[in-house]
Amino acid sequence: MTHEHATPPTSARPAPPGIDPRGPRVGAGLTAVLLAVVVLLGATTAGLVLLAVVSAGFLLGAVRGAQGTVQGWLFRALVRPRLGPAADLEDPRPPRFAQVVGLVVTGVGVALGLAGVLVAVPWAAGIAFVAAALNAVVGLCLGCELYLLGLRLRPASGAARAR
Amino acid sequence: MAAQPAVLAALVLLTAVLGLVWRSRQGRVRTVRRNGDVDWAAHGVTLGERATFVQLSARVCAPCRATARALADVAGGADGVVHHELDVEEHLGLTRELAVLTTPTVLVLDPAGAESARSSGAMTVAQARRALDAVDAVARA
Repeated sequence: MTHEHATPPTSARPAPPGIDPRGPRVGAGLTAVLLAVVVLLGATTAGLVLLAVVSAGFLLGAVRGAQGTVQGWLFRALVRPRLGPAADLEDPRPPRFAQVVGLVVTGVGVALGLAGVLVAVPWAAGIAFVAAALNAVVGLCLGCELYLLGLRLRPASGAARAR
Repeated sequence: MAAQPAVLAALVLLTAVLGLVWRSRQGRVRTVRRNGDVDWAAHGVTLGERATFVQLSARVCAPCRATARALADVAGGADGVVHHELDVEEHLGLTRELAVLTTPTVLVLDPAGAESARSSGAMTVAQARRALDAVDAVARA
């Protein structure tokens, strides 16, 4: 369903086909469990390897959208057949942006871990865990909340230099 | 090391607190009084005779879609109420001027274009009606 009122930005750009909004939330729950295991493994090689696996999943999601991840496939294969049809479809771009945010956070952890700073692994996993769990439990997309702040910071610093 | 389960427990607790605080703030209508010094016509916003919902949205914002539907629903069912959705990327100056930090943020304008109420986060039909009541109360005062 699209809304037909006024001339919103949503209709100014052709929206890609909608996805089941429960998919990204179930996926975030699965991701949160994996990240919790990374936190429990702590600053170890095993933790680094698992964080790299999670990070690779975020890379898939950043390129193909949240529905293109292993978690998205599990949702379609195992969870959705047991649920009723979605009341409403969701634009796939917000969840995909969230995957990019997850990729950046876990990617920094993996890069630092590979560089020998293993203590960064549980830290990155902890931050990503809070974000993924919030997404799964209350539907809060932390990265989306920060998006406007990021937008506002960028040109503001440019304007400050110009002055 | 026994510290890791404690760290995980602390993270779970932090998540629960953040989630509850965030959820309780979604769509809550705050009555404000700001002078109408924004040139709304310049942003493509035509004012309603009773009230105007100006919704600031972003492409990456999922609750913006549901909020837009709720507001279009309320505007469609009430005389003199209009709903406009503006993209923050195209109206960055306006978001700074109005101190908008998150999407969706909904401003409720009185017939003169002055801001009477504001709400951040996903907004329900009931919350939108309450915001309309706030504008009417200001208009009567």
